[in-house]
Amino acid sequence: MDFSALAFYVFAALAILASLGVVGQRNPMYSVMLLITSFGALAGLYVLLDAPFTAVTQIIIYAGAIMVLFLFVVMLLNVPREEPAPALFATLAPHGLKIGAVLSLILGGEMVWALKRLPRGWFDQDAAAQSVSSVALIGKSLFTQHAFAFEATSILILVAMVGAVVIARRGQPS
Amino acid sequence: MITLNHYLILSALLFAIGTAGVFLRRNLITMLLSIEIMLNAVNLTFVAVGRYLGTVDGQIITFFVMTVAAAEAAVGLALVIALFRHRETLSPDAFTALKW
Repeated sequence: MDFSALAFYVFAALAILASLGVVGQRNPMYSVMLLITSFGALAGLYVLLDAPFTAVTQIIIYAGAIMVLFLFVVMLLNVPREEPAPALFATLAPHGLKIGAVLSLILGGEMVWALKRLPRGWFDQDAAAQSVSSVALIGKSLFTQHAFAFEATSILILVAMVGAVVIARRGQPS
Repeated sequence: MITLNHYLILSALLFAIGTAGVFLRRNLITMLLSIEIMLNAVNLTFVAVGRYLGTVDGQIITFFVMTVAAAEAAVGLALVIALFRHRETLSPDAFTALKW
């Protein structure tokens, strides 16, 4: 087993275990910390996929900015434990649990079926295929071909910022 | 050798974990975190397929997904704060005013 395969399995196992921890945790603080671990593992996978730019943005934007936002809210609200589900299964329709189990089994079966039918996709290892790691190419494409989407994104961020301030502010709007 | 299929399977597993989190947890913050797991699973698919096809488009759409995720997190967490102020709880079962 060569190095990149070993690295893939290590990062994949880390990502899956950390994500399972996020869902399995009762304390939101630990959930956020485990999600940062999972994002770090995903950044490692991006490096293996010749996408160092995406790996760095993953660390800076996701682990650095978005998760800090989550941490602030978790600390602000200070609700360390979620209350136990108030008779969760009783509140569902009588057969809700069974229907849900059947649906998830169907979804799982579909996923296995679709992934098994897929032919093996080998990654090209020549220099032309590895040119996707070039930040210059990404920048060129982003500011020419996708310039409109890029500008629209800035409006989206502005709207989200104003919306967040308006929604979370205290008191009645006069 | 690691193929595209490995990445697709990993991404499917992560997406399934995120979906399970949204359905199973009774805490608004953990539900938002599960949505982030799902977004990241999709990002991994985009980057892997982009590498497979030899284009940078996968990384560019990942960039936009991250921006939208940041906007979603900001508005979602503002809503969580407003809801918590209103009801003093984070359980989604407490917010049923719109339920038919």
